[in-house]
Amino acid sequence: MAHSGINVLFEGRNLIRLFGGLWTTVEIAAVALVLGLILGVILGVLRTFPNRLLRLVLRLYLEFFRIVPTVVLLFLFYYILPKQLGVNLPANQVATLVFALWTAAEMSDIVRGALISVPKHQRESGMAIGLNRLQLYRYVLIPQAVSLELPATINLVTRVIKTTSLLMLISVMDVINVGQQVVEANNQKYPTGVFWVYGIIFVMYFAIDYPLSWWAKRMDKKRLERANG
Amino acid sequence: MSSWQIIQQSLPLFEKGFILTLWLSFIGIIGSIIVGLICSLLKYFRVPVFSQIAAVYVEISRNTPLLVQLFFLYYAFPVFGFKLNAELCGIVGLIFLGGSYMAEGFNGGFDGVSKTQVETGKAIGLSRMQLARYVVFPQGFTLSVPALAANIIFLIKETSIFTVIAIPELTNTALDLIGMYYRSSEYLLVLVIGYAIILIPLSIILTLLEKRVRYGAFGN
Repeated sequence: MAHSGINVLFEGRNLIRLFGGLWTTVEIAAVALVLGLILGVILGVLRTFPNRLLRLVLRLYLEFFRIVPTVVLLFLFYYILPKQLGVNLPANQVATLVFALWTAAEMSDIVRGALISVPKHQRESGMAIGLNRLQLYRYVLIPQAVSLELPATINLVTRVIKTTSLLMLISVMDVINVGQQVVEANNQKYPTGVFWVYGIIFVMYFAIDYPLSWWAKRMDKKRLERANG
Repeated sequence: MSSWQIIQQSLPLFEKGFILTLWLSFIGIIGSIIVGLICSLLKYFRVPVFSQIAAVYVEISRNTPLLVQLFFLYYAFPVFGFKLNAELCGIVGLIFLGGSYMAEGFNGGFDGVSKTQVETGKAIGLSRMQLARYVVFPQGFTLSVPALAANIIFLIKETSIFTVIAIPELTNTALDLIGMYYRSSEYLLVLVIGYAIILIPLSIILTLLEKRVRYGAFGN
């Protein structure tokens, strides 16, 4: 077993490097999620306002991010920011920006869906007791919407984490990029190392996403049971 | 050369990529629906052993990125003498991913059928098979249409990831051209339009379909 492929992981600093790559991945996902979810809630609330023009603009924003694949979004920002707008950002920041804007678009739709499914009498009762718009959202609509939207939000989080696998395409040193380097550097010594390196990356993603999606599923199930009596 | 000329000259290549994207998506979606339906039925009828295998498959496939799945298929499996060409890898990967999403879509539909319906069926003495055939499936399929529609759009977009194993679909075509001629704005514009041509009409059709089945389900 001296030259078994799995040893590639324990050769030198390979394992530490892989975890370092994972950290980059997690960092970008975390920052993008925080920014994106906050922006998404704001946009979602704005989309329930009566102003038509505002709603149209936000709807177009959503549809753009829905229709263009994330790979293409990454390249659009990667090439066009520096070339057309003269903004030179490192690839990490470009990726964070893209993921944040994409998260915001998806989140705005989740928030809007939850807000409009709060029963109408709640909104009307709130207005009847003289709440202004801010108070109405703050005390009546948002608290009720949160419980409705939580499973969908967690699913969005798992999607964003999975999508960070695309970071390697714009040469961010994420876990997959590091994995490729490890594979290439050790190909002579460990011909089957590629299996173990991509294997551990597979396990890493699963270990992060599985608990989250399990949690979301459980909440959904509970809600379904409550709804079905 | 003007931008317009650049775009014009690249169109034949983009057309090839466009057709390949459509073709791979089509096979991938059909395959995903078949795999998803099988998994969902195994779960619904609680087939021993197979339903557990399906459940494990669904969790693994749903919680890992397509890109990593493709890398596994394309780079890791050949080490053990299991070699597929890039396009076959892409299709297998897409079906591996899509199967679980479709399974969840069908499951959601079947679970969504109201308890009253199921209990009424049981009360009039339907067997589990009859219950499935006459009560749960007709309503369940209808309820799952929105999820399936979302999955179809999702899977088409995921084909853009095929570029990492050098399948010459739309995204790969654009990135190749950018690499050769450095005209990123022009090629990216064509690329976005390419996806828009596929996805905008499709999402409109699917929305209409959703409305139509909702009408069929509830008559309102």
